[in-house]
Amino acid sequence: MAEQRVVVVGGGLAGLACAMNLAAEEVPVDLVSLVPVKRSHSVCAQGGINSVNDVTRQQGDTEWKHFDDTVYGGDFLQHQPPVKEMCDWAPKIIDLLDRLGVTFNRSPEGYRDQRRFGGTLYKRTAFAGATTGQQLLYALDDQVRHWEAEGRITKYEYHDFLGPVLDDNGVCRGAVVQNLFTMEIRALPASAVVLGTGGNGLVFGRSTMSTICTGSAAARAFRAGVKYGNGEFMQVHPTAIPGTDKLRLMSESARGEGGRVWVPKKAQDPRDPRDIPASERYYFLEERYPTYGNLVPRDIATREIFDVCVNMGLSVEKERLCVFLDVTELPPETLHKLDGILEIYEKFQGMNPRVTPMKIFPAIHYSMGGMWTDYAKDEKTGGLIAGDPRNQHTNVPGIYAIGEADYHYHGGNRLGANSLLSCIFSGLLVAPCVTNYAKTVKGAAPAKLLEDAAKAEKKRGDDFAKSSGQENPRQIHAELGDIMTRNVTVVRYNKALEETLAKIDELEDRFGRIGCPDGGNWTNQTVTFIRALADMIMMARVITRGALQRDECRGAHFKPDFQIPAPKSDDPAELHQQAEEWCRAFQERNDKWLKSTVVEYNQGDLIFTYEDVDTSLIPPRPRTYGLKGAEIIEKVWKEMQRQRGVQPAAV
Amino acid sequence: MAQDVIVHIQRKDSPDGATYRQTFHVPYEDGMNITTVLQRISAQPVTDEGEHTAPVAYDACCLEEVCGACTMVINGHVRQACSALVDNLLKEQPEITLEPMTKFPVVRDLLVDRSRLFNALKRSKAWVSVDGYWDRGSGPLMAPRDQEEAYPLSRCMSCGCCLEACPQYNDKEDFIGPHAVSQIVLYNTVPAGQSIAPERLDVLAGPGGIAACGNAQNCVKVCPKEIPLTTSIAKAGRAATGHAIRRWFRR
Ligand SMILES: Cc1cc2nc3c(=O)[nH]c(=O)nc-3n(C[C@H](O)[C@H](O)[C@H](O)COP(=O)(O)OP(=O)(O)OC[C@H]3O[C@@H](n4cnc5c(N)ncnc54)[C@H](O)[C@@H]3O)c2cc1C
Ligand code: SF4
Ligand code: SF4
Ligand code: FES
Repeated sequence: MAEQRVVVVGGGLAGLACAMNLAAEEVPVDLVSLVPVKRSHSVCAQGGINSVNDVTRQQGDTEWKHFDDTVYGGDFLQHQPPVKEMCDWAPKIIDLLDRLGVTFNRSPEGYRDQRRFGGTLYKRTAFAGATTGQQLLYALDDQVRHWEAEGRITKYEYHDFLGPVLDDNGVCRGAVVQNLFTMEIRALPASAVVLGTGGNGLVFGRSTMSTICTGSAAARAFRAGVKYGNGEFMQVHPTAIPGTDKLRLMSESARGEGGRVWVPKKAQDPRDPRDIPASERYYFLEERYPTYGNLVPRDIATREIFDVCVNMGLSVEKERLCVFLDVTELPPETLHKLDGILEIYEKFQGMNPRVTPMKIFPAIHYSMGGMWTDYAKDEKTGGLIAGDPRNQHTNVPGIYAIGEADYHYHGGNRLGANSLLSCIFSGLLVAPCVTNYAKTVKGAAPAKLLEDAAKAEKKRGDDFAKSSGQENPRQIHAELGDIMTRNVTVVRYNKALEETLAKIDELEDRFGRIGCPDGGNWTNQTVTFIRALADMIMMARVITRGALQRDECRGAHFKPDFQIPAPKSDDPAELHQQAEEWCRAFQERNDKWLKSTVVEYNQGDLIFTYEDVDTSLIPPRPRTYGLKGAEIIEKVWKEMQRQRGVQPAAV
Repeated sequence: MAQDVIVHIQRKDSPDGATYRQTFHVPYEDGMNITTVLQRISAQPVTDEGEHTAPVAYDACCLEEVCGACTMVINGHVRQACSALVDNLLKEQPEITLEPMTKFPVVRDLLVDRSRLFNALKRSKAWVSVDGYWDRGSGPLMAPRDQEEAYPLSRCMSCGCCLEACPQYNDKEDFIGPHAVSQIVLYNTVPAGQSIAPERLDVLAGPGGIAACGNAQNCVKVCPKEIPLTTSIAKAGRAATGHAIRRWFRR
């Protein structure tokens, strides 16, 4: 057996968790990242990380309820065994992070403090100020640095993953990477390659994501044969600060700590918001969702903000759509816990949000979809079989995907503070699975195979550097971002989606006539950008076609033309009948569409198939979140389920 | 104000290339920061003299001043490009200047190689030492007041501003730097970090450790995260001295 060696691409929470766990098991790791791993996008995460905990347990919370909240929040589009396993591990993961020195906020007695996040009624979220991702990433980064000092991990920072190396049997034997300083390209041999390469918000131009979140690595794996799942499910976060280069997030923790969303009842009321009395404010989330209030899941909050601004015309400003996010009434101790995010608002907007309500609007935030990965279900527990090589394994032998880059865990909509969890969980989970797989790989990767792969990529890069067409790559990206943001975010119409696909065709065509203003072969950031642009165009197509084909509303994917009309008769009997119709339509919709979108790349074509979702543990149900007026749906649904003999999940 | 923003940029094509300057005119946008300016230049790399040139190389990632990538010298002051708003910079001087940090080797233009900064963290053993990641129950309790002390230190984003400002951080000394001193204090403060605290004190007391700090206090003034570096340095100094004495007695 050749020496095992694993290439981990990505040094966010997922990649670091995987790398450190492999290193602890004495598997040598090559860790590849576009930026020094300590600067990975995970550093941006603000609000916190979820798990059932000692306090919520005493209030009746369980791992199962966390699991239930997660699949209900995701509109049941996720395979349930991995989610169950994740929720079972969650409290142990927080304990581990605690032992690794994360400076979590503390209760007066010194226990970890928790806050509430969206889509749940429990305070499940552990946090470190309002910069939790930073603290978690640094703790793992320090672990990896330790293993690096011990010689178990070799870092390739400022390196771009250009693609996997597959042998004649379609088995992955290495990864082609490029040094972004010297532009040197080489192929690293590997028994397995793990991709923890994050989301693809940059396809939409500006988002809450970092500049490296182009989805390039996933697109390159996709081109090499890795299937992609649920690409059309992009989370639009309800509260971000509009900016020229980035839409900076204002974390859900602001609402978790008591922040309230409102607009003046009078459209574009010119008064200072502080002078508008409570009776003239419309706290629309609280009024529409009395149970969850400001902490409804993100897709719902986003659509309500959109509705209030676009359909009702109640945006705070006329030219620029926005609503107020108001933390001015919170006590100073509470505001202190939010310093990390309030400083961002202050720094970039020049206003003190402790005194003046913030102006915010939804922005692209998270990719629920990602590389398709397998899992090994444990029939006894309903969770996963530990160490099974199938977990997180893509369809290409030897390529694994974890973190935001895979398609598991969040279904149609991710709950806040569940992503840090899924990233660390999948990173830890995958390590023994990869090790077990790697043991079965025979012989060293053939040198010629590696050389040829590196050569092919070198040629592609040289061609880009030499290209002298009239088309400006940055302009193409700007146009791509504009149309994607306009047509493929909160509200989707088939006609607009078709237009978007036509525009993507046009952009792809123009990409063929691109010009590179830098022909050099040293730290050529334009060539790196051009490579990623090709990938973003590809992902835009995957997202848009997925959206066009999915004629329904589910989670973040919202098509008004395919909404099931809400029961609204004043006559009780008729209302009941309408609710029955609604439930029947809901059932039919699920029969047709409760399926993951799975896309495969075949010589330039995208092949779409639809895969059944494992909902064996918690049967799907309508997702109303106690919306006023939707009580009848819940009631009728329960009646119909009882008649059909479906057991409601034991919560 | 719809005028162009005038930006002078210090450039260098490669580590051993010559240093030169170019000036760019960038259309003003409301609320724009230096990263946006650099993005616009990348899209239209034409100097004020109409010369088509290569786009300016620079580092950036989070764009919200939490990753530390985009540090450079702007109008003569070291800071992050992403949180440097053009409106504020123009109040300092009518035309903006951008230069790379001087304490690290230039890779190209505004992009520098900060490996030395990360190596210092390695030397400092700024980590909790474990033998695996199994479930071993929860960590030790931590008083909120200790958390309040540790949390600010854990926000160091390795940006390098403090090193740029520190007179003792240079080619001649092999000073680990204030950021690393502060990370040692962090891991020696959190309960989980205690087991190898003496090893970290060895680093502080050793060559390139705390003795290299001349106490000029420049570092704390430039830290964008307002990390109490001089408090850390004072603590580290006391701990290292006590540690050295104890070690001497134990001999
Ligand atoms: C502003 C913001 C706030 C958030 N807050 C929260 C929160 O409070 N709670 C929560 O649970 N979630 C939150 N999230 C979501 C969460 O932060 C991310 O989903 C998560 O950090 C992703 O981690 P990751 O490890 O999968 O990838 P990332 O952290 O994105 O890391 C990706 C890694 O892959 C590398 N990479 C990518 N492409 C390539 C390539 N081609 N070659 C080489 N390397 C490559 C990068 O260098 C990087 O190291 C937030 C997200 C945002 C945008
Ligand atoms: S106090 Fe002065 S000498 Fe010491 S680290 Fe800070 S800047 Fe450097
Ligand atoms: S201590 Fe401050 S200035 Fe120094 S690297 Fe850390 S964040 Fe930057
Ligand atoms: S880009 Fe991260 S600090 Fe500026």
